[in-house]
Amino acid sequence: MSEARSVPFRGGGFVLRPRRGLSLAALAALLAAWQAATGSGWANPLFLPAPTTVAATLWELAASGALTEHLLASARRVALGWTLGTAAGLAVGLAMGIFSAARAAGLPLVSAIFPIPKIAVLPLFILWFGIGEPSKVATIAAGVFFPTVIAAFSGVDAVPRTLVRMGQSFGMPAWAIVAKIVVPGALPTVLAGFRISVAIAIILVVAAEMIGADAGLGAFVLTAGNLMRTDQLLAGVVVLSALGLAAAGLVSAAERLLLRWR
Amino acid sequence: MELLVEGVGHAFGALPVLEGVDLEVRAGEILSLIGPSGCGKSTLLAIMGGLLRPTRGRVAARGTPPAGCLNPFTYVFQDFALLPWRTVAGNVALALEHHPLSRAERRERVAAALSTIGLAEFARTYPGRLSGGMRQRVGIARALVVRPAVLLLDEPLSALDAQTRELLIEEFLALWQRDRTTAVHITHNLGEALRLADRIVVLSRRPGRIKATVAVDVPREGRTRPEAAGRIAALHAVLWDLLREEARAAARELAA
Ligand SMILES: Nc1ncnc2c1ncn2[C@@H]1O[C@H](COP(=O)(O)OP(=O)(O)O)[C@@H](O)[C@H]1O
Ligand SMILES: [Mg+2]
Repeated sequence: MSEARSVPFRGGGFVLRPRRGLSLAALAALLAAWQAATGSGWANPLFLPAPTTVAATLWELAASGALTEHLLASARRVALGWTLGTAAGLAVGLAMGIFSAARAAGLPLVSAIFPIPKIAVLPLFILWFGIGEPSKVATIAAGVFFPTVIAAFSGVDAVPRTLVRMGQSFGMPAWAIVAKIVVPGALPTVLAGFRISVAIAIILVVAAEMIGADAGLGAFVLTAGNLMRTDQLLAGVVVLSALGLAAAGLVSAAERLLLRWR
Repeated sequence: MELLVEGVGHAFGALPVLEGVDLEVRAGEILSLIGPSGCGKSTLLAIMGGLLRPTRGRVAARGTPPAGCLNPFTYVFQDFALLPWRTVAGNVALALEHHPLSRAERRERVAAALSTIGLAEFARTYPGRLSGGMRQRVGIARALVVRPAVLLLDEPLSALDAQTRELLIEEFLALWQRDRTTAVHITHNLGEALRLADRIVVLSRRPGRIKATVAVDVPREGRTRPEAAGRIAALHAVLWDLLREEARAAARELAA
């Protein structure tokens, strides 16, 4: 018998581990490169202002209260449009998940209308509702409605059939099966849909405000661009990013609260 | 209560699944149904409990349900069928909530069902944090809390490992001795059937028909004793002889 040798190791790897430090370093590296590019004259500060300039502008705008006003105008539109679109989308989507007739009638309509960029119908909404708030809110609501419908009925589809049969086997009335089994079972999918619909709402509020508004972050960014104030433009973009992060944070908080059992 | 299955046949569309099943489940017995996979066992159980309308024949019940019975025909499921967003106590309470009981009575019934199966300390735990065996104990507690007249168990132990299965058989039998609820039990495990059943019904491959009924003529308490080993082994051999060809043929058929 020859000498025993250890079996060569071939496992390991292919596992994602959190590396918080690296995440921060990547962000810092991007900012540093940006700062260096503008400082060295490699990038024209008129077209790409330095991050420090953007930060200073942001501070000024925040201090003057101008930014708050625009932010509030946009946030109000997002909140209203998203709430309306979500309420209607959940009602229609749950109905499509539960009733065969609603599914049969609704699915072709949803499939046909969902891919239309909702900003394309803003002019129509302006004709219907006027140039003011309602047309913008309606655009956001329409953009939010369709993905919510899809998330809601997909969520109902994802509820295991055996749970519904279990409810029937205990003699639960239909309303109780819907309220206690189908709706809570669909909730994780619905909340995942909120992540998408919130992002859509922010995209649409900016687009709508660029087409016709005096207040709002979209209008502010557009005006800044027209005036070649790229520092203000980028300050607006930073605020939009913060708005998106805050909205996503709210969805995460809702998930933590409602899906505690996970 | 006893259950009479009279000339039951069933087809899913063009696929015949059950044919001419006549069966009597006697009051207070445990009847095990065995048969090759896909032969229609679950379909028959769903028909027995009124979850599926058979294309032929009918199921009738005779006798009076026990006092306080809220749901005469009550299932225990192979995959437990627990709501992951409800605690153990919440899952058991689900079976009561649509019945007009006082809060106190509901709470009392849930607590009693949980403690009889050793779940009292897990009342506020979510099913996701429990082992398979504990989950099925919740499934059994939920079935007992409605004081059923007939228990319908569809492979209740098939998702569990052998040791957990053994423990649950013992616990289930200890509970069952108190009320002697009529029970129909599906399994593909001959040993499990020989531990639980008064009689074992062997189904043929799809479309399922009754091939034989075998009485387990050993007192339930004595079945694990060495003296009974010979008789149990003989019954096992008889059952396997009945099943072998059916299972072999069923395995060679393409899935529907
Ligand atoms: N809802 C259904 N629709 C169509 N076919 C089904 C349905 N349920 C079961 N089947 C088919 O009927 C046959 C018997 O199923 P089942 O009763 O679940 O078998 P078992 O429980 O004995 O394994 C299988 O071939 C299965 O594919
Ligand atoms: Mg089955």
